[in-house]
Amino acid sequence: MFDKPILQIKNLSKQYGEGCSYCQHENAKLERNFCPVCKTVYACKNISLDLHRGEILGIVGESGSGKSTLMKCLYFDEETTTGEGFLTDYFNGNENIFTQSGQQKRFIRNSLLGMVYQNPMLGLKMDFSSISNIAEKQIAAGNRNVKQMVDRSNALLDKVNISIKRSKEPPKNFSGGMQQRVQIAKALSSNPPILLLDEVTTGLDLSVQAAVLDLIKTIQRVMQISMIVVSHDLAVIRMLADRTVVMLNGQIIEEGLTDQILEDPQHAYTQQLVYSLL
Amino acid sequence: MIQVEKLQKYFTIHHLNKRLKAIEDISFTVKKGHFLGIVGKSGSGKSTILKSIYGTYQPQAGAIYYESEEFGNINILSATPREMIHLRKYEIGYVSQFLSVMPRTTAFELVEQSALEAGMNSEQAVKEAKETLKHFDLDESLWHNYPNYFSGGEKLRLNIARAVIKKPRLLLLDEPTASLDDASKLKVRESIEKLKQQGTTLIGIFHDLEFMEGLCDEVFTMQKAVVNAVES
Ligand SMILES: Nc1ncnc2c1ncn2[C@@H]1O[C@H](COP(=O)(O)OP(=O)(O)OP(=O)(O)O)[C@@H](O)[C@H]1O
Ligand SMILES: Nc1ncnc2c1ncn2[C@@H]1O[C@H](COP(=O)(O)OP(=O)(O)O)[C@@H](O)[C@H]1O
Ligand SMILES: [Mg+2]
Ligand SMILES: [Mg+2]
Ligand SMILES: [Zn+2]
Repeated sequence: MFDKPILQIKNLSKQYGEGCSYCQHENAKLERNFCPVCKTVYACKNISLDLHRGEILGIVGESGSGKSTLMKCLYFDEETTTGEGFLTDYFNGNENIFTQSGQQKRFIRNSLLGMVYQNPMLGLKMDFSSISNIAEKQIAAGNRNVKQMVDRSNALLDKVNISIKRSKEPPKNFSGGMQQRVQIAKALSSNPPILLLDEVTTGLDLSVQAAVLDLIKTIQRVMQISMIVVSHDLAVIRMLADRTVVMLNGQIIEEGLTDQILEDPQHAYTQQLVYSLL
Repeated sequence: MIQVEKLQKYFTIHHLNKRLKAIEDISFTVKKGHFLGIVGKSGSGKSTILKSIYGTYQPQAGAIYYESEEFGNINILSATPREMIHLRKYEIGYVSQFLSVMPRTTAFELVEQSALEAGMNSEQAVKEAKETLKHFDLDESLWHNYPNYFSGGEKLRLNIARAVIKKPRLLLLDEPTASLDDASKLKVRESIEKLKQQGTTLIGIFHDLEFMEGLCDEVFTMQKAVVNAVES
């Protein structure tokens, strides 16, 4: 009765470094995610997950557990070392997205995905007007109709509660919360079916966090976009995610319904995380 | 409708290196449209049973067979998260001991969203939300306020309204009347009776035995608390 997942990732791994005979052994002891012999970092190891239409999937884990690396691999900011990814909206999920040409990857990235980076500097050109930042993704996705792009950008600014009067201002003039909202507007601008959100609320003060979380909930409810929400903060995950996976040292150690993860955590590390929330 | 067989749940507390047994060898059956009451001392595992049926806890042994409209006879212990999410949206309601609110969501929105989730269109959801909140006598001046500030009883009534509006086939109630005055209890009772008439199956935990007696078709009594920590 369920549709195929909109995104399927199978055994995704990302390593920084060549690896050596020591760490390539199946049971090699690493220091967290790091080979003590050749200094290779295993940032993501054998990550498999499904994302369904309209669903918010939470990814939680401590600093360095590989959350951002996973997002960057999905958005092609980083080359994936091994593994497969399938998008239902790309050749009906029959083609591994990680082995496509650069041109195809750009198409997927611009038209099928939206990304909000942990660091707004990565997602926005801080000196350009906000409206041109938003239009940039539409241009990349192939839009050439200026009036349409301006209208859409303004509508999106309005949607994320930024006054259209400020659309010509560059993001560097804005507060952290506003910058994240410009990033969200930009990510939404090509109408992608999937949104990747990396620590969108980290570093914002509480009331601003609440407003951004609200916005995300509303977008999900009204637009039925699927999202992967990354956070080290279980409170954020509790509020947003239907299902949650827990990462540690580049691996998924536990996954399930969000309330199950929060109320009946199985893994020692997840229990530690949950206790720190209480 | 629901058949619980030899259910066993323990919690492994890693940092204490302990295993805590919460329930052991629990079995009962509830027929469609019946109301099963669960009674037992504090800590005897009543909430653990309900949370296991709702999929929040993962028991180690036993089975929970549920006759689903969508999936047929399904063992909840081996249902996938996707199946559980579906069941929670459309078939199984749960009223917890405590109201969990969404930040910056008003009482009205909370109930309305629940209706939308169960598949009502927005017009219908608004209409039903109004009726349900009225039924539970939640003062109209509170509708567009944030429930964090509500009294215990107001929160409870809101919590029940949110579950009832979905007209679930199976409703799990965990002491939803604990802090209610008699008038509010009566409201809860009325709506439980109404649900029963509509064919809803219920499993409920109530402090108030008198309250329960008139409503329940069967009562399941927890044996003495089985809780005992063992070194794991
Ligand atoms: N370009 C790189 N070169 C080498 N190692 C890297 C590189 N990028 C990331 N890493 C390493 O990969 C691991 C995962 O980093 P990542 O940024 O994905 O963590 P994270 O889970 O997002 O953490 P945080 O919660 O702090 O954002 C870390 O050990 C990090 O040092
Ligand atoms: N999430 C949990 N983690 C650890 N122990 C739990 C958890 N939930 C319940 N327990 C324990 O299981 C036992 C039964 O609890 P519960 O089902 O809430 O009892 P009741 O509802 O009958 O008062 C208690 O000892 C309780 O402390
Ligand atoms: Mg990160
Ligand atoms: Mg209880
Ligand atoms: Zn090595």
